[in-house]
Amino acid sequence: MKSHYSDPTGAQTIERRTLCVLVDNEPGVLARISGMFSGRGYNIESLTVSETEHEAHLSRITIVTSGTAAMLNQIEAQLSRLVPVHKVVNLSAKAAIERELALVKVAQFGEHRSEHRMEALRLATAFNAKTVDATLNSFIFELAGPYEDVERFINLMSAIGLVEVSRTGAAAIARGAEGL
Amino acid sequence: MSEMMTGAEMIVRAMQDQDVAHVFGYPGGAVLPIYDALFQQNSVQHILVRHEQGAVHSAEGYARSSGKVGVVLVTSGPGATNAVTGLTDALLDSIPLVCFTGQVPTHLIGSDAFQECDTVGITRHCTKHNYLVKRIEDLPRIIHEAFYVARTGRPGPVVIDVPKDVQFATGVYTGPDQVSHKSYRPKVEGDASRIAAAVEMMAKAKRPVFYTGGGIINAGTEASALLRELAKLTGFPVTSTLMGLGAFPANNPQWLGMLGMHGTYEANMAMHDCDLMINLGARFDDRITGRLDAFSPGSKKIHVDIDPSSINKTVKVDVGIIGDCKNVLAEMIRVWKDKKYQADAEALKGWWGEINKWRAKNSLGYVNDKQLIKPQYAIERLYAMTKDRNTYITTEVGQHQMWAAQHFHFDEPNRWMTSGGLGTMGYGLPAAIGVQMAHKDALVIDVAGEASILMNMQEMSTAAQYRLPVKVFILNNEYMGMVRQWQELLHGGRYSESYSQALPDFVKLAEAYHAKGIRCDDPAKLDAAIQEMIDYPGPVIFDCLVAKEENCLPMIPSGKAHNEMILPDFTGQIGDVIDAKGKQLV
Repeated sequence: MKSHYSDPTGAQTIERRTLCVLVDNEPGVLARISGMFSGRGYNIESLTVSETEHEAHLSRITIVTSGTAAMLNQIEAQLSRLVPVHKVVNLSAKAAIERELALVKVAQFGEHRSEHRMEALRLATAFNAKTVDATLNSFIFELAGPYEDVERFINLMSAIGLVEVSRTGAAAIARGAEGL
Repeated sequence: MSEMMTGAEMIVRAMQDQDVAHVFGYPGGAVLPIYDALFQQNSVQHILVRHEQGAVHSAEGYARSSGKVGVVLVTSGPGATNAVTGLTDALLDSIPLVCFTGQVPTHLIGSDAFQECDTVGITRHCTKHNYLVKRIEDLPRIIHEAFYVARTGRPGPVVIDVPKDVQFATGVYTGPDQVSHKSYRPKVEGDASRIAAAVEMMAKAKRPVFYTGGGIINAGTEASALLRELAKLTGFPVTSTLMGLGAFPANNPQWLGMLGMHGTYEANMAMHDCDLMINLGARFDDRITGRLDAFSPGSKKIHVDIDPSSINKTVKVDVGIIGDCKNVLAEMIRVWKDKKYQADAEALKGWWGEINKWRAKNSLGYVNDKQLIKPQYAIERLYAMTKDRNTYITTEVGQHQMWAAQHFHFDEPNRWMTSGGLGTMGYGLPAAIGVQMAHKDALVIDVAGEASILMNMQEMSTAAQYRLPVKVFILNNEYMGMVRQWQELLHGGRYSESYSQALPDFVKLAEAYHAKGIRCDDPAKLDAAIQEMIDYPGPVIFDCLVAKEENCLPMIPSGKAHNEMILPDFTGQIGDVIDAKGKQLV
C-alpha cells in the first residue's frame, strides 16, 4: 500500500551539509538553535560555537547536519526565522575549508606493545598529528583536519589501542576573498 | 525624552507608549511592583481573569478582533506555566501577544526559589521570541523590541520575564522610536519578478482557485479588500482555511465555503481538480491537504507567505513569494491591470460549470428534525438571527466549532476567533471576553460544546465582574462530540470516556455566576430563546440541547484525498471508511 504521506527519507538521498549561523551572542541563543533541531526532529552531527566578533557580540555557530535536500532547506529556513539569527550560510554550497580538532588517546597493553607503539607514531606522522602527551604505555595525539581524515585516523587507532577521543566538531570558512 | 523611573513604572509607561488600553492578567508575589504601578494610573485598564490560561486567550481574542497586540501580565512559576497553553495557541495561529511574566529576584534564579520556574526555558518553544531581563538598562529596549517582534512579520507571542529586583530598580526609560532590532528584519515586499510570473500564470489558468488563509486576516483589513478586488478582477473561485474565514465575504457568488477536513465538497474538489492553486497566507496544514501524495495532483502552485519556512515545508510549490499578503496582493493587482490581462473566460465558464455541479451536492445538507434540535439547525438559526447585528463569534474546539465554521457565514475579517492550529478546548469563553473588551457594544457569542466550556468556565466570573455581556451558546450533546465521532469512525463505536458524565445544570451555573441561564430543547421554541439571549443586556449561558450522535459532515477521513470525502448522504458503515494506516493519523 502506498504511504499516506510522502516518504520523507526512504526514497531520497541523505546528504551532509555544513551551515554557518551568525547570531547575537545573547543568553539562551544556543538553546534556541539546538532546541529548534530537537523540537522539529532534525539531526545535528556536530555543532561548534564561539563569539567571533566581540565588539558586536556576534557568535558564529557551525552546524554539520544531514538529511534530504528538502529537509536541509527547511532547516535553513527555520534557523533564519529565529529572531537573534543574523544570517545562515550553506557552506557546503560554496567551496569551503572545513577543519576539526581531535585529541586521541592511545594506550598499548597487549603482547605486541612495542610494535603498536611504533605503528601509532608512524601513523601519527603520516597524518601530521602532533604527539602532545606520552607515557611508557600511552600517547595523546592532536590532529586537525577535515572530518574524513579525523575519522580515518581514529579508525586506524582503534586497531592499535584507542582509549578515548575528544573532538571539537567542525569549524568552516568559505574560500576566497569574500567574507560572509 | 529620557526619564528616570523604576522597572515596574517602565513597564506601564511602555504599555502607554505602545497604545495598550487593556492588559489581561492575574497578580502574584513576583509582579506586585507592576500591579502597584498599574494601580497609580488610569490609561491602561487591567482585566482580572480567573486563570492565566484565560488571560492569554482573552488577549488573543482581543488581538484577533482588533488587529492590535494583546497584552498579558502574570506572575512567576505557576502564573507562567498556566500561560503556556495560551502562548502555544497564539504561536500556532500567529497571534501577536506580549506576555509579561514575573520572576524571582536575579540573585535567587536557579536556586529553586518559591514560585520559581525556568520561564524562558519553558516558553522558548511556544513563543516567537522571549527575553529574561537581568538588567534595568535593557528593560525599555526589550519591551519595545518585543512589541515590534510580536506584531511584524509572521505575528506571534513574545514573553518578557522580569525578575522582581529589576521591577524595583531605577533606570533611564527610552521610548519606542529609539529602538531598532539588530537582526530581525521581516521581508514584506514580495519579489517583483516572481509576482509577475505568478500573475502571468493566473492569466493563463483554466481551472484556478484562490486558497486563502489567516495570513490575509493578519495582514489587516486592507488585505481583505485587496483580495476582494483581485477576485473580482479575475473571476476566480475563492476558498479559505478555518483561520481565514471572513477575509472574503461568504455572500459573494465566488465563495466556495471553507476547505479541508470539514470543508465543503465544492471547495475540496476545486482544490483537487484545479490547474492553478494560488495560496495566499495559508500554510498547507494537514487539516487542509488530507493525503499529501494525492493532494491536488494536477496543479501548478503559487504560495504567498510572510514566513520563508512555510514555503516548500510540506507541499512543493512552483512559485514561492515571501511577503506580506497586503503588499503582494496590491502588486498582483497592479501587474494584472498594467498588463491588461484577461482571465480565460471560456475556460472559467467550464470550470464554474464543474464547480456548480459539486455545489449541487449540497455537502452541508443535513436531515432536520421536528422533535430534536439538530446542531446544524441551531447554528443556522443563530446566524439568521444575528447576521444583521454587529456580531463576533468565538468557539471552543470540536464538532460545534466545525458546525459554526460551516453554517455561520462571515462577510468581514476579524469577526471569527477560533483555535485553529493548536485546537485548544477552553479557548472560546476567554477569547469572547477579550473580544468584548475591544468591542464594548458588539454582540459577542462563544459557540461552545458542553465539554469544552467547562475547561475555562471560571472566566464567567470575569465576565460578571466587568459586566461583559458575552453569550455562551452551548451545543450540548452530552458527548465530547468530535472524540465520539472519531471513536465511531476508528474504534468500532466504543465510546471510551467521551460521554459527558455528571454535567452541571448550566442554567443554575449561569445564575451562580450572576448571569442569565436559558435552556432550549425544542426546535419550535429555538428562535424565541435565541432572541431572549440577544435581548438580555448581560452575560448569558444558553444550554441548547441537541441531537446526541450527530456526525459532523462532510469529512475527509484521515489518510484520504480531497476527492474521497464522506458526504452527508453517505449510507455505508462509517467505521469501514478508514484503513489501518489512516487510523494512525490524527
